[in-house]
This record gives sequence, C-alpha cells and structure tokens, in this order.
Amino acid sequence: MKVTTQAIAGTLESSDAQVMILPHSGSVKVELTSSVFDQYGDHIIALAKDTAKTLGLEDGLIKIVDKGALDCTIKARIETAFYRMTGQTADLPWEVL
Amino acid sequence: MAVTNRIRRSMIFLNTQRAALVKDAFVYHPDCVIFDLEDAVAEGEKDSARIQLYQTLKHVDYQGVERWVRVNALDSDLVNEDIRAAVAGGTEGIRLPKTETAAEVKEASAKITAAEKEFDRPVGSTMLMAALESPLGVMNAYEIATADDRMMGIALSAGDYTRTMHAKRTVAGTELFGARSQMLIAARAAGVMAFDTVYTDTDNEEGFKKELQLIKDMGFDGKSCINPKQIGITHEIFNPSAAEIKHAEHVLQAVNDSKENGVGVLTVDGKMVDVAWVEGAQRNLKLAKAAGIYKGALV
Amino acid sequence: MINKIGRDIPDEYLKNGVEPFQGIYYRDGYQYKKAAPTVRAYVKPDGNKLVDSIHDAVVKSGLKDGMTISFHHHLRDGDYVVNMVMKEIHKLGIKDLTVCATSLGKAHNYLVTCIEDGTVTGISTSGIRDEIGEVVSEGKLKHPAVIRSHGGRARAIEDGTVKIDVAFIGASTSDAYGNASGKGGKSDTGVLAYADGDAKYADKVVVITDTLVDGPNFPASIEGVDVDYVVKVDSIGDPEKIATGALRLTKDTRELNMAKEVAKCIYYSGYFKDGFSFQTGAGGPSLATTTFLKQYMEKDHIKCGWAMGGVTEPIVDLFKAGYVNEILDDQSFDLAAVASAHTQNHFEISASQYANPFNKGAFVNQLSFVILGALEIDTGFNVNVVQGSNGILRGAPGGHPDTAAGASVSIIVAPLIRSRMPTVRDKVTSVTTPGESIDIVVTDYGVAVNPRRKDLLAAFKDTNIPLKTIEELRDLAYQYAGKAKASRIYRPGRCLSRIP
Repeated sequence: MKVTTQAIAGTLESSDAQVMILPHSGSVKVELTSSVFDQYGDHIIALAKDTAKTLGLEDGLIKIVDKGALDCTIKARIETAFYRMTGQTADLPWEVL
Repeated sequence: MAVTNRIRRSMIFLNTQRAALVKDAFVYHPDCVIFDLEDAVAEGEKDSARIQLYQTLKHVDYQGVERWVRVNALDSDLVNEDIRAAVAGGTEGIRLPKTETAAEVKEASAKITAAEKEFDRPVGSTMLMAALESPLGVMNAYEIATADDRMMGIALSAGDYTRTMHAKRTVAGTELFGARSQMLIAARAAGVMAFDTVYTDTDNEEGFKKELQLIKDMGFDGKSCINPKQIGITHEIFNPSAAEIKHAEHVLQAVNDSKENGVGVLTVDGKMVDVAWVEGAQRNLKLAKAAGIYKGALV
Repeated sequence: MINKIGRDIPDEYLKNGVEPFQGIYYRDGYQYKKAAPTVRAYVKPDGNKLVDSIHDAVVKSGLKDGMTISFHHHLRDGDYVVNMVMKEIHKLGIKDLTVCATSLGKAHNYLVTCIEDGTVTGISTSGIRDEIGEVVSEGKLKHPAVIRSHGGRARAIEDGTVKIDVAFIGASTSDAYGNASGKGGKSDTGVLAYADGDAKYADKVVVITDTLVDGPNFPASIEGVDVDYVVKVDSIGDPEKIATGALRLTKDTRELNMAKEVAKCIYYSGYFKDGFSFQTGAGGPSLATTTFLKQYMEKDHIKCGWAMGGVTEPIVDLFKAGYVNEILDDQSFDLAAVASAHTQNHFEISASQYANPFNKGAFVNQLSFVILGALEIDTGFNVNVVQGSNGILRGAPGGHPDTAAGASVSIIVAPLIRSRMPTVRDKVTSVTTPGESIDIVVTDYGVAVNPRRKDLLAAFKDTNIPLKTIEELRDLAYQYAGKAKASRIYRPGRCLSRIP
C-alpha cells in the first residue's frame, strides 16, 4: 500500500509520541525527533520500519516526534496514523499488529 | 471455569488514551487495573486508545496485576472492535458499562466467545463484570449476576444512577443505600463479587476513608478508584486489622485444637466461639494472606 | 589507568598529584600540612577597606593573567556578583583565569562569554548546570574542568591543592572592615557557609555587599581580619530568585510512595533511635520523606537530634514542631530556611565543618541517615548525579559523595525509568559517588540493598519492604524501557576520578 493522504496520531505529552504519515514516493522513510535520540534513535527507526512493513506500507514518510514513549506506544501511534489514513475502523487484523 | 477467585480490593481506571498512564500503573500495586475505552477517552481518540490498549496488553508485563477493559456501551458502534482488541490482547476480563438486563450480558458474552474463537484463546477464559448504572440495572442485579458463567462480579456506578433517581450526591451516601444494599444482596445470592462506585473528591482523604469503611462494613469486596493515591488507602481499610488477624488466628487455632482434643465447647479470649465466627475468621485470614500481611499456616 | 571501580581514567588527567580513585577510606590517617595565604599586614590604624567599585577592587587586588579567583553560590539563581565581577575582569583584559566556584548555573552565564574568549580557561566547581554545563561539555574550556564535592572543595583549599589568589565574596551585610554575614540586608541568604574557606585561605579577599552596616556586624560568617577590600554595590542579587518561595512537597503519588518506602527503610534499619541525625536532598521524593519520618517519630516517641544540609521548609517545619532539636545549616534553600537561620538552635556551619573529611570532625561522618537523589545508578551501586545520559554536565555532586561516605545509612531514591531512560543500568555515564558508600536504592519498582550491608538485609527480612536485587531492578528497567545505547558524546575522564 502507498500513502496517498496524510494522517496524524498521538500527542506531545511525556511518554507519548506524535506520528504523522505523509506521501513520499519510492520507499518508506522515517524522520525521528526524540528526547532519547542518542540512546534509542536507531532502535525506534528500526521499530517504525518494521511496523510499516507489517502494515504493508510500500512507501511514505513516517515523521515521529518522540517524548520518551515506550515501544508499545510508538507502535500504537504508527498503527493509528496508518488506519486513519486508510479509513479502516473495524475488523482490524489484531493478531498481526 | 472462567472466573478466578482472588483479592480485588482496588480496581483503578486508567484512561487508555494516555500513554504515560498505561505504561506502568502496576507500580501503584492495585489489585486490578481497568483500561478505559469508554467515558475517559475523547470521541476522536477511540481508535487510538483501542490500539494503545492492544499493544499494552500484548507487550507490557503488568506484574500479576489483573487487567480489565471497560469497553464502550453495547449499543455503540465501537463495542465490537473494543471486544476484539481486548480479547486479542489477552485481557483477563471485560467490564460492560450501563448494564440493565441479563440479555445484554448474554449478548456481550457471545461477542467475547466469537473473539476468543477468532484469536485462538480458550473459549470462556475471559471474565465479565457488569456495571449497574441505572434503576433498571439495579432492579435486575440478580438476573444480571447469574446471566452467564463468565460473570465475576457486579459494580455500582453512581453517576448516572443518581441522576436517573433524581437524587443528590451526599457525603453520607444516603442516596446510594438502596442500590448498594440491593446489588450486594444480589451479588451474594448469585455468588459473584460486588464493587462500589468511584469516589470523585480525590483530595478528600477523610471522606474517602469514611466511605470505604462504610462499604467494607456492608460487605463489598472492593472499590473502583480513579486516582493512584486512592489505592493505598483502599487497601489500608479493606485489609483486616492486626487485632482482627489475631482474633481470627485464635478462633481457627481453637477449632483445630478442639478437633484434636475432642472438646465440644470452644472458647477464645474468654468468650464462647460462635460458629458464625469461624467463617469470618477464615475469610479475614485469607484476605490478610492475599494482601501479604499474614504469613501463617492456618489458611 | 583503570581505577578501583573499573573506570578508565586517561593518564593525561593523572598529573600534578591527581590520583585515581582507590577506595572511599583510602586517605584515612593521611597527614598533611595545611596551606596558608600570603597576607598583607594592615598595621597602621588608618586602613580604609572601602573601595568605590568592583573595578577598583579588582585592580587593587593585583589580579593577573593565570590566577585563580573564587565565588560562592549562596545567592543561587539570583546571583549578580559573578557576572558583575567577570564583566569588570573582562573589560580589564585579564586572561587565562581559573574560576573556583561552589556551584555554577544560569545566574552565572557571563562565564560562557569568558570561556569562549579565553578569559577563563579553568573551572573547578561543585555543580555545573545550564549553558555553562553545555559549553564545558562541548569541550570549549581549555583545561579539564574539575568537579569536587562541597567537602572535596573545602579539602582542596585547605590542603593547598587549590590556591585561591582572589576571593570575591557576595554578602548580604557587611561593615566597613569586612565583617560580613548572610543575614539581613536586601538579599538575605541566611548563611554564608561555603565562603568560609575562601576567606581564610585566599591571598586577597574582596567582600561585595549592597547593605553596609555599622560595625561590628556580628555574628560574622566572614571575619574582617581576613578581608582586604569591601565594595558596596546597588544590589548583589535578585531576592526573588535567591530563595525559592517555598519548595512545595510533592503531590505525585509515585514520588510519595517512594518516600514512604524510604521512611520505612529508615524505621526498620536499626539506626532509628532517639537523637538520630539525618540529611535529605531537595528532590521531590527525598523531601517528602520528612512527612513519613514524622509519623514514625510520633509512633515511637523518637526525636531527631539534628538535621543538616541544604535546609528547606519541610525540615524547618519539623524543627519548629519540636521533632528536630537542632539544625546545622550549610545552605538555606528557601525563604522558610532563611527565616529560620535567624532563630535559636539553627546553626551555620562551614563547608569544611559540614563535609571535609580531611579535618578532625566533619559532621557528615556523624550522620545516621542521608537521603539522596540520582540520575543513574549501576549494578555496583555507583551513582551519577552530574552528567546526563546524553553526556551533558547538568548537575551538582554537592555533598552527595561526602554524606554517602559518612552516614551510617545512605539511601538513594529515584524513579527506575525517567522518560524512557533507565536509572538503574549496567554502567553509569560517570561516577559521582562510589557504590561502596551507597547502602539502599529505593525506586518505584522496588528496593535494593547493597549486599555489603548484611545488617540491613537482615533487618528488612520480615518487613513488607519490596526487596529486589540491584540486578533485578536493572533487568526491570531494561525490560520496560529497552537497553539504552551509550551516549555518543560521552567522554571518559570527565568523571570524578578521585575522592575526596
């Protein structure tokens, strides 16, 4: 699936992350701003790419502003932004998320 | 058998929309958490909260704290997906809001069964708790409590109830006596647990303690909490006191001794033991043991 | 060279008598000759110490390139003195100075300019924060910065490791002869404890005040017999920022729960006896401990003999209510502490009396309990309070290593995870306080006791203190936050390598 419109999820509160998904052709690109960039930057970028792959995203820009969120929150915000972009609200494939 | 027997003095509501709240609420040592998808979550964030719920259930080790999910009302278009996410994530139980009839419990149970099948979870492993929030719900308390094998307990939710009763919230809780008594009788008759409504004036520690003492004396099993600071106080009141534990030990010791010695009349601390004491003593020691304040071997 | 706690200290730092850390009691029994200042005699009875301006005082003091000057931080975030003095020095074009401060923060930001253009090329301090911390962390200071604890600084001045050429001492009040005090005036700081050694050991001493009073200005923290010049300025500081209005007790349940566990540890430690002494840091959970300590004191009818340290309102409240007999004050943190400093049984002590292990009776060595914070703790119980996990200098050892080494029971209280950063970890970014002096670590996920303290482990055995090993705490931190990668800009050697 390719990103056609933009979508946003999450907040800038402590322990949360705000994720935007935007059209970007060619590949999945991750842009990260993080309060813990030095320590977890590479890890978060890998997590975002992995999540995108699971969701079947072929291209798009994932912009993350991270405020020290745990993995489960970062993943959740990316998935929320993704489903907001696709408009799917029911019958999510929970077993693979 | 879905329903597990355990100590449930405190159940704390967590707004699942807020990452900071759900990441490690187990540090406050509640007996149960309730991940809320209903009232606390803003309309536009229901999807976000639900996905956060699933990832939290799936990935955050809650250190043995029992995890419940308050789903949206049965007549909403959110409840199906709420139940699917909760069951897929492996929640221990689902709290159904605004329950008024046994049929609703059965309907929710059927949805849970479908989700258990879909996500390969043992059918019947997810518990149910019904919140009674209206006069009709309170009137049907016994039918609701006995509607399904999944039923662990019933809980009073006073906000909507008081409104529909045309009553006023009072410090003494006068307006809730009827509902509290009725649902407690129903719960005991049905053999399920009973939980009291939240105390919203979080800064009023004295008032909170009084209400806890009241519901404990009435026979409630626990209380729904809305602020982490209420957890410690709830446990403090619900835990048997040192004197109660001591007395219970004496009673049970006397019972054991009489079995060994064949003595017919039991006395404890100079008083004759009433048979009714024995059950209470056992209950107190079990509670004390589960709370980690009794380490003896009498129960 | 690898020191006793396994940290690699680059050889380039091990010169001029600097040794790697070799254990907290390594210097016990060490004999040394105290340093002494070079003093100009004021024999004629016409000496007038008053000079017109800071500029004149700097000139008269004979300050030259390469010298060492000193400041204290009792004026805290409201300090005007450091910037006023540094601006005059800057104008005079004096270069290559070393600033020996008791702490540096945002009120002293003119030092950033001075560091960037070589006016200041050396710093030694007991705290370094904000812009100055960043500039030094970026490597803009020519010589390595030396961070010493409050006791370590007092020691270095007394044994001659640090030679102060000119001490600039801001004082709330002074008479014309330089009898100066932290009490009274427009900028009341309560005490001037940290400047005591500066006045006694510097070659030239300049008192800067905004309130000249008739002599003798007794009781004087700084005695006129040690002072060369007195300058009156319009204002030495912003009273609003000198003392925080009130350090409010935390309402955060997580912090309160941690404070409760700390008090419980104190109660069951075996050292909680009538006349006990304690010190607590000003962090949320540390400070909140006082509330719960009070409950235990009431319960067992026990009183505290003395409380020491940076004094705060909660301590003053206990003191006023009769739970604490005496206060030993080396720094007044808030308005309540400043006000209390004027009352009976609230005593000012010097930095050396407080924490210098090279004198003959530092009060830290008589402490029953100390409750301290931490940025990071490793599985060897080593604590970092100075350097953020991203490598930036952003804290103060203050009396941390001194009190931890001296107290019968030293307790660290900190959340296990801060904004995803694990507090308990395999290795701290740099060591401020060595693990052999840390006894208990209290976190929101459980409590770890240093295995060296078998007495405490035994005392806690039948309590409901949620005991875990330090490794279990680390594992929990990594389980929830994920293992952090070591910071890219971490430079080994910027750590306290030698104690004291």
